[in-house]
Amino acid sequence: MRWFWVDRFVEFKSGVSATSIKNVSLAEEHLHDHFPGFAVMPGSLILEGLAQTGGILLGEKNNFDHIVVLAKVPKIKYHSYACPGDQLRYHTELVESSHEGGRVACTAHVGERLVAEAEIIFAHLDSMDESMSQSIDQKNFVFEMGLMSILDVDAISQAVNSDS
Amino acid sequence: MSSEEEILSKVQETLIDALGVDDDEVSPEATLVGDLGAESIDFLDIVFRLEKTFDVKIPRGELFPEGLAAADSGFIEDGVVTAAGLDELRTRIPHADIDKLAADPKVENIQDLFTVEMMCKFMSNKLASK
Repeated sequence: MRWFWVDRFVEFKSGVSATSIKNVSLAEEHLHDHFPGFAVMPGSLILEGLAQTGGILLGEKNNFDHIVVLAKVPKIKYHSYACPGDQLRYHTELVESSHEGGRVACTAHVGERLVAEAEIIFAHLDSMDESMSQSIDQKNFVFEMGLMSILDVDAISQAVNSDS
Repeated sequence: MSSEEEILSKVQETLIDALGVDDDEVSPEATLVGDLGAESIDFLDIVFRLEKTFDVKIPRGELFPEGLAAADSGFIEDGVVTAAGLDELRTRIPHADIDKLAADPKVENIQDLFTVEMMCKFMSNKLASK
């Protein structure tokens, strides 16, 4: 399993907002334990999906020059559940961004139903601590390594859908 | 409401939101780290919020300078801030009460320079020069 908690980006406005979707599936092992007889996506993983969406939004603004890490979640409120078969729609807006990091405001919806809303602060690890920028090879970090391939899914989807 | 009171109230509001503290904890003398439990990452959050609330740009290190107690700064000897170090602090954070630190210049007291009052002074200067 890979640590991808969004399936596809559906809208990307550079430096402004990003929207992604996550299809919840009963194939995900943890749903059988969370909880027995009441399969709902863990709130922490919804937050992770929001952070991946917002983190890419911030990273892209700076051409992925910085190592973006989730630093703080000042606000998270869960209003409802997402269960197998649901499609979560993660919408993130870049509220602040500076050399040191950024802040996004985000929501998770299933259809019209609000599932969660959050505020997430990211730090640029290389700006916060210079020793980090030397010890971490940017090319091996999450954006370069794998997470960015989420953006490719969009291209595949467009190609597949335009054939039909 | 005078502008000083208004600044204090906005700074208090910012800290209540950023640190999840109660309003009665955010007295002007309260230290951010010692009394209000702020951690390094909270300073980034606080700066973002102040910029938004007061509609100003706060360049990095202006409100909360970094690396003050770095071993290679040359301003620390035997765990105590030197006279040159105190002068440096007066220049870099004129909004902080350096005299109070000078009375007991232990390195671990540097973080106590960051108080609610210090933030208010900074914002007041910042708004005056806007």
